[in-house]
Parts: sequence; structure tokens; C-alpha cells
Amino acid sequence: MSAVTPTPQYKTTDEVDFVIVGSGAAGGILAKELSTNGFRVVVLEQGPYLTEKDFSHDEIKILNEDFLTNHPDRQPNTFRKTPQDKAKLQRALVYGRLVGGTSVHFTANFWRFHEIDFIERSKIGPVAGSTLVDWPITYADLEPYYTKVEWEVGISGLAGASPFDPPRSKPYPMPPLSVKSGGVIFERAARKLGWHPYPAPMAILSQPRPGRAACMNCGFCLGFGCEVGAKSSSLAYAIRAAEKTGRCEIRPNSYVHKIELDANGRATGAIYFDKDRKVQRQKAKAVILAANGAETPRLLLLSANKQFPNGLANSSGLVGKNLMLNSGGVANAVFDEPLNDYKGYAVSRILHDFYELDANKVGFVGGGGLDARFDMTPISFAIASLPPGSPRWGKAYKDLLAHNFTRTLEIFCHGTSLPVENNGFDLDDTVKDAWGLPALRMTYKDHPDDLKLSAWLAERAKELLDAAGAVKQWSYPIQEQQFAVHLLGTCRMGTDPKSSVINADHRTHDVKNLFLCDGSSLVTSGRGQPTLTIEALAYRASDRITQLAHRGDLTV
Amino acid sequence: MLSAATHARDAAASESPKFDFFSAEQAAEIEAVSARIIPTTDTPGAREAGVIYFIDRALLTFAKDQQKTCIDGLADLQFRVAQTFPGATKFSALTPDQQDQILHTLDEPPASTGRRSARNRPNVGSSFFETIRAATIAGFLIDPDSNRQGNRDAVGWKVIGRDPAHMFQSPFGFYDKDYPGYEPNPPANGKAGS
Repeated sequence: MSAVTPTPQYKTTDEVDFVIVGSGAAGGILAKELSTNGFRVVVLEQGPYLTEKDFSHDEIKILNEDFLTNHPDRQPNTFRKTPQDKAKLQRALVYGRLVGGTSVHFTANFWRFHEIDFIERSKIGPVAGSTLVDWPITYADLEPYYTKVEWEVGISGLAGASPFDPPRSKPYPMPPLSVKSGGVIFERAARKLGWHPYPAPMAILSQPRPGRAACMNCGFCLGFGCEVGAKSSSLAYAIRAAEKTGRCEIRPNSYVHKIELDANGRATGAIYFDKDRKVQRQKAKAVILAANGAETPRLLLLSANKQFPNGLANSSGLVGKNLMLNSGGVANAVFDEPLNDYKGYAVSRILHDFYELDANKVGFVGGGGLDARFDMTPISFAIASLPPGSPRWGKAYKDLLAHNFTRTLEIFCHGTSLPVENNGFDLDDTVKDAWGLPALRMTYKDHPDDLKLSAWLAERAKELLDAAGAVKQWSYPIQEQQFAVHLLGTCRMGTDPKSSVINADHRTHDVKNLFLCDGSSLVTSGRGQPTLTIEALAYRASDRITQLAHRGDLTV
Repeated sequence: MLSAATHARDAAASESPKFDFFSAEQAAEIEAVSARIIPTTDTPGAREAGVIYFIDRALLTFAKDQQKTCIDGLADLQFRVAQTFPGATKFSALTPDQQDQILHTLDEPPASTGRRSARNRPNVGSSFFETIRAATIAGFLIDPDSNRQGNRDAVGWKVIGRDPAHMFQSPFGFYDKDYPGYEPNPPANGKAGS
């Protein structure tokens, strides 16, 4: 055993090398990489520093008390469909608000983007009503970093199992998790239809790693923090690795609300409310925002100044725009015999046969994947997962719960969201949060193709359930989305400062020592599972930023 | 199991109830409503799970904002009881059929919200009935180790077939128990799926 390296406590007046705002999928990895590379790093996280012992299976704590997530009373938000509508108070987004961020409580689906996701605009041409563009980087640029994430963070999967997978330089570091009954049903039905089901790549350990147990299949996974460190969150891996360098301080309960510039237009650090709501200023040579696709643009807009009256680093006017949530329909079924899919993690089988659809044949742009899942914990299930029209109380309700809880399966479709400029986050003009800061206002109306895609994928899900011999099936009408979990595209990467917010190094076009790296950086939405790409970008950004720093390019 | 039910009834009937929010009389009324939402059948129901204790505590903790809904709702409930069954004063004293008759007048299912979300809050209901319905379900199915006084002896989980253990090993269910292992896919014919 190596000696325990003390975690540093920097003074706010110490000019550290980097202040990173946010400790989630991207922030955790940036902190780990940059501190490993010798830099002094302070991570400011608005949420608390919880650890495995704080996590439990208490659904009330998770659902009612937002123990791990943004609380709508303290951080309310508003929603409207278009800029012409008046926004109303309505919870429209949820994200992890704790050290480790959303990676602590996510489903842990861990798909790579495919080549097409980076070059779709070139391949298919312009799409009416969408601001679809190519990325300034390609799949090949990101491939080494996908591999790095999979090996360092710990991903279970079976390389080469899907004929639609993009090329990879290495297999997964560990085998897939145990298949669930729902996965077996999915696999058999998909094969009947000539499709290509395969073990879902998951950010959950199938084999133990130092300080982390393999998944014990407790069944409280989506929405919950893992008590044994099996879920490969930033908390379980990157944050601990960053702290071990002895150069990284994780500072929880630090709610950043302004980035200030000096007279030369350089960011000087971050201003935040500490746990007692006292204003603090952490000085740094460079600032990296990794606060997620809602809070990163919000922070830039809150940081408007004389030089940037419309928001920091917002000369393009695109900060907060082009939000993408990912689309997708669902179909549900009940089977004769118990699946007991409440045991284990959510998803054990997926398929990508529909990742690249021919727009001329189907009549819309985009594509997607299907997964077999059961992600409901007992109370959530009983409140909202019986077929529509089911009894809601009494003996018939109780009997149905007793029958369906162990026999229900959901086929969940995940697909493209096309970027639309009007979709996004900005500051509400009336509602404030508990710190007196303007609340997030979300504007969102799905591109018509996204709705067509969702309906099309839901039909495939129903086909699959037919082939599976489900006893009872149901689905829901495709509706315009009003609730965000994936927060993508709101400070998009690009080469042209007029049509993007950051360059391919994640550096803002406008402020040389200000970088953005999280879901907001994404140019396209992929087909539904963004976290691996966010983490791969964070590894790549760490390399790029390290090179810039070594060249002395951050202090110019 | 029975001891919990007996305890709940004794507590409700005794002079010094073991409730922190409700009076013994209020608790008996709320428990009677809960017991129609998840009745005791050949398996335990809300009574045996100690749901009333869960609700009593909920109203002083995470569901504080529903105290008024509960108290106002109780008054309305008694009004309906007296109006529907002249001479009756307590919901808990009615027969199960009479109780259901009253509850049907209170049950207004909310408009469908489309696909369920794992983020649905158990207390979304704003009406008295919806509040008690959601609280009963939560009190019946909460993790029994969560120190919220519900799901005593994990009876709720047992009713829905959830093994109260917190660690499981594959195989999990009927369809994976004879799974022979993953066989590779045949190659795909072109990349487009349609």
C-alpha cells in the first residue's frame, strides 16, 4: 500500500492552475487527468460530497427529497415550447447534484457514438428546420479516448457482438453482466426477426476492481447511488483518483454563479456561494466549466459583462441554443412467467440494427437503438407502471401489482434529436432560485423528424414484443418532450466562431483561458446514450489542454 | 404480521396513541381509507404493513406540505359519510362496500401523462384521495430498512413478489434460468435496418 497522500486545501487566494466547475462525468475525468499531469486543481461542485455509505434504497429520499438531484423548490425552472410562448413554472430537468454528478445515479448505458454521428450532415445534406452540422473531430479522433474510458472507468461488454459497431482498438476490459430474463426474451425475439441483439455495454463492473465490488444485483440502480462502487461513476473512480494525486481539491457545496474577466479579457477564477451562502472567489490560471448542458450555459449567461453583454463567450449568440434531449418511444408487456427483472441493473440486451436508417425509405432523418429494461423500483412501479386503464386501488389493483411486478418488461427506444436553434436554456426573466439567481428557462419543441423516428422505433419495439409472445402489451402515444435528462449541444463545438461556442480543444472562441467540456459540447445527439462520449471528450480535452498549458498558451 | 395490525388498531383505539401527527381518531379514519386502497385479502394489506405509521411520520417529514390536504380531507370524508349514510359518523365504522362507495366519489384519476417516469413523485396527488392513495402505496412498498415505519416485515414486497434481499445472483427469473450463453450474431446485410 502506498502512503495516503493528503488532499490539498487550497486557499481561495492561491492562484491554482485550473478551477473546474462541476464534478460529474466530464468534470471528474478532467480533474483526474489534469491533476495526474501535475497541475493544481480545485473542483467546485454545487452539491454535497456523499460517499457509498450515504446511499440507500429509500425511494422517498430519492423521489420526494431529491437526495441526489436538483431540487425544484430550491432550484426551480420554467418551461415553454417556443420563444413565443410564456414560460411556466414546471420541472423540466433533472441532474445529479452531488460529487460525481449525474454519473452517480444514471442507468449506466454506455454506447459509443458511431462514425455517422460525427459526419451526418455531410452524408445526408441539409435538414430543413435543423441546424445539423458535422463535428470538427471524427470518430477516429475520439476512438483512443473511448477505449481509455472503457478501460480506466470500468465497462462491461462484449466487443464485436454487434455487426453495426464502429471499429475499436481494444475489447472491453471485462465481460458483460449476467443476462436478465428480459434480456433473454429480447434476444430470442430479435433473432426471430432477423435482428442482431447483443449484451449491453454498461458502466457497471462485472468483476471487482481495487476498492470497488462487482455488481451485486441489488436492483436499486437507475436513480440511485451504488453502495459498493460497482456503478462506474466519476465518484467511484475519477474523483478518488484525482484526490490521490495530492494536487486536486474537491470542494463540495460550492455553487458557482459568475466567471469574471480581468482587463485583458482573461478569466480570473470562479465566484461561488459556499455552504453558508457566503460569496467566495477561487483564483485560477484557467477555468473549465463542466457543469452540464444546462448549468454551463446558464453560468455563461449569468456572467455577462461589458465585453460580453449577452453572456460570457457568447459572441456567436449560441450559448444555451441547440439543446438536444434524445428521442425515443416505448412499448411494454407482461409475460406468463416471472422475469424478476427487479433484480440486477436495468438493461442487459440492446440492438443497433436501426442506428442508420435510410431517410429516403423511412421519411425522416435519424436512427436509434432498442433496449430491454426494467428500471422501476417498487413504489415507482406501483404508482405508474401498470397498463393504462388498470384499477388504481382495491383488491383488483393489489392483485395486478402482485402479478405484474415480476412479469413486466419494457422495450425502450433511444434515438436522434436533431439540433434546433430555438431549443435551449436561458435565464428566466422572473423566477429566481433560492440564492436569488435567475432560474433556468427551458425551451423545447422536438423536430418533426424526431417524433416520426420515435413512433417508428416504438413500432419496432411492438414488433419485438409480438415476436416474444407477450401476454399483454401496451404503449403510449408519442408526445412532444417536456422533460430533460440528457442535456446536449448547448455550447456546441466547431471551427467557426460564428456558428459554435468552443473549438475542438474545448476552448471558448472568445476567452482564451476558458474551456467548456460536458454535454453542452456535443454537436449531435448520437442515438441516445451520451455519457461515454462526454467522458471520452473529457479525456481528449485533458490532453489538449495539457498541451496548451505546456506550450504556455494559457497565460497569453 | 398480525401483531402489526393489532398494534395499529390498539394504538388507534387507546387513550394515548402512538402517533405524532394524527389523533387516534384521525388515524383510525386514515387507516380505514388505506385499508381499502390496499386491502387485506389472503395476503397482508396496508394495515399489516403499518402504513398508517408511515403516513403519520410522512406528514411531519417529507410530506409536511400535505397536512392541510389530509385534515381538510378528513372533514370532507366525514361529511360525505354522514350525507350518504344518515346516522353514520365514522368512515372506519362503515362496511367495506360502504367505504368503497364513498371512495369512488373521491377518486378522480388524473389525466394520463404518457410514459411513466422513474422520476414520478409518489406524492404528486393534490386531492385528499390521491394523497392517501400515493402515501399508502409508498408506505406499503418502501424499503423496510429505510426507517420510515412502512412495509413492516417487508410484507408489501412479499405481496408483489419482491424478495426482500438486497443481493441477488443470476439466474434471476424463469426465462434466464436455462439460458445456454450468448451465441454470436450472424453478419448484418448492409447497415440500414429497413
